[in-house]
Amino acid sequence: MAGKTLYDKLFDAHLVRMNEDGSALLYIDRQVLHEVTSPQAFEGLRLAGRQPWRIDANIATPDHNVPTTERSGGVDEIKDPVSKIQVKTLDSNCDDFGILEFKMNDHRQGIVHVMAPEQGAILPGVTAVCGDSHTATLGALGALAHGIGTSEVEHVLATQCLITKKMKNMLVRVDGQLGAGVTPKDVILHVIGVIGTAGGTGYAIEFGGEVFRNMSMEGRMTVCNMAIEAGARVGLVAVDQTTIDYVNGRPFAPKGAQWDAAVAAWQDLVSDDDAEFDSVIEIRAEEIEPQVTWGTSPEMVVGVSETVPNPANEDDQVKVDGINRALKYMGLQADQKITDIKLDRVFIGSCTNSRIEDLREAAAVVKGKKVADNIIQALVVPGSGLVKAQAEQEGLDKIFVEAGLEWREPGCSMCLAMNPDKLGPGEHCASTSNRNFEGRQGFGGRTHLVSPAMAAAAAIAGHFVDVREFVKH
Amino acid sequence: MKKFNQHTGIAAPLDRANVDTDMIIPKQFLKSIKRSGFGKNLFDELRYLDEGQPDQDCSGRPLNPDFVLNQPRYQGTSVLLARENFGCGSSREHAPWALDDFGIRSVIAPSFAEIFYNNCFKNGLLPIVLDEAQVDQLFEEVAASEGYQLTIDLERQLVVTPTDTEMAFDIDGFRKHCLLNGLDDIGLTLQHADDIKAYEQRRRAEAPWLFDAIHE
Repeated sequence: MAGKTLYDKLFDAHLVRMNEDGSALLYIDRQVLHEVTSPQAFEGLRLAGRQPWRIDANIATPDHNVPTTERSGGVDEIKDPVSKIQVKTLDSNCDDFGILEFKMNDHRQGIVHVMAPEQGAILPGVTAVCGDSHTATLGALGALAHGIGTSEVEHVLATQCLITKKMKNMLVRVDGQLGAGVTPKDVILHVIGVIGTAGGTGYAIEFGGEVFRNMSMEGRMTVCNMAIEAGARVGLVAVDQTTIDYVNGRPFAPKGAQWDAAVAAWQDLVSDDDAEFDSVIEIRAEEIEPQVTWGTSPEMVVGVSETVPNPANEDDQVKVDGINRALKYMGLQADQKITDIKLDRVFIGSCTNSRIEDLREAAAVVKGKKVADNIIQALVVPGSGLVKAQAEQEGLDKIFVEAGLEWREPGCSMCLAMNPDKLGPGEHCASTSNRNFEGRQGFGGRTHLVSPAMAAAAAIAGHFVDVREFVKH
Repeated sequence: MKKFNQHTGIAAPLDRANVDTDMIIPKQFLKSIKRSGFGKNLFDELRYLDEGQPDQDCSGRPLNPDFVLNQPRYQGTSVLLARENFGCGSSREHAPWALDDFGIRSVIAPSFAEIFYNNCFKNGLLPIVLDEAQVDQLFEEVAASEGYQLTIDLERQLVVTPTDTEMAFDIDGFRKHCLLNGLDDIGLTLQHADDIKAYEQRRRAEAPWLFDAIHE
């Protein structure tokens, strides 16, 4: 019999029961809650007279709606009345049910997928859910993490279980050495370009090979975060010493003898050598250059040295229509050089790229330089209060502000523009977020997904540049 | 939950691939703490020419005449024909809530994104996967005849065209059972409460650090 993949092991260890039709009841160790996808779930519990199954499995924080400008006045001073109600509703739901919440002005507040691992709330080997598709991020710790809908949030609150089906296994292996200036974001954008935005549908993707073994936890989180942009609900990286060192000492991580027992158990959280994957994608690291999306789906991505695709080179009519529609929406011409795309705004942040390493990477590029005149606004939004404090301790905030970027309070911000940070119609944005869908960052806004280093370089140049060249000069 | 048994209704073609949930219901409407009232903002950026705001009266907003659901022949649509990877992106359940509130009972496509697909079943909305050739055929037929209606028979797992062509689809047994009977799956899971408790007891012995962990 073939060995097990990491996904198989995580699934098997959490199986409560398997139904005759192949649907499974999977035990969930951790649920992370935010204000947008939880209110209807709590309302559902109340209407049915149900209590949460296990309070201590949950942790909450508001992130999508919170303003990122000065907010010491608290929730009452959120200007948008609808946002204010939503944040207050999370606060009152958590208070009523006794769920631990880091409220808006708690120094531990942040984007759910940054906050939860930072607190040690997510551990190797756990199952985790959140009413947010980017929950895939947490797979970087060797945890089985699913993004779910609000009805499922309610189901997990009420039963501590998720009804699911076993996924297929995909291995994305990247071996070799990444070039200087090529980051985890470029790796995952390249992978999405190769397998397509639905290429991972039905799969749990394990990222393996030399590149991911050598990657920091922050980088692995960036990669797993965007598994969903390749269609996969679950992204995973095997547990190794990097994972264990990251978790060690975090507030909710096990301590003392429990820590030793946990570390011993975590040694098994790797795919067996003889495990069989249903699909294997192999990529050489040397092939990957800094990436830029030109269109309205994350798969519409090319290397910075390339040009915008020409629909004339495509056979499939649905694809031709898609390219034409994207070119029109983005205001781009076929065969235009990527480095000729002018920008209006820059956004460095989001659950993909708002961790300390991302901010260091961007700060190194803008240090001692000035944002170009044509850039209306360049935002840097740290992923959590703790990331913000660390960055300030390292003086990164000063580097950004001196270069003409704005240094903000933590939250999701312009990734999806539910708070006041948004693009105007027709504006082009170099963004370190995860989705370039029409209108995602604001009505009529045009998003280009890039790494923090590429966004920083674009802020200085006013248009896309190859950060590898930019750093040399 | 609303039951789904058999449904006949007007079909409309939404001819683009990778329709994401941001497109189905843009973010500004996600600030609501309710489950209802999203229908008037379904496909807001495609449907209207201006930028929509939450709690706005949409009756006076300028409509995009090119958008399929604004065309007179597709008024009253309850079956949406779509292309591959429908519902990709954000996990927002507001997407099926908006489709349902608008009056859509079923979406037919060659493939769906998984979270959206799951979310539909929690809301009495039936996503149907047919193969690409069958979907192409339905796109052609709906364009050719005004008032084109499809019948969906969940019990027999068939999509039936006006000329009585039957197209069979797959659905997993548990989901079918829940839809046919309008069952709340939390209630069903709680019937297995003893299994869940037994699992917890076993797991607590193996991995005690997973329990009683998150509190101040």
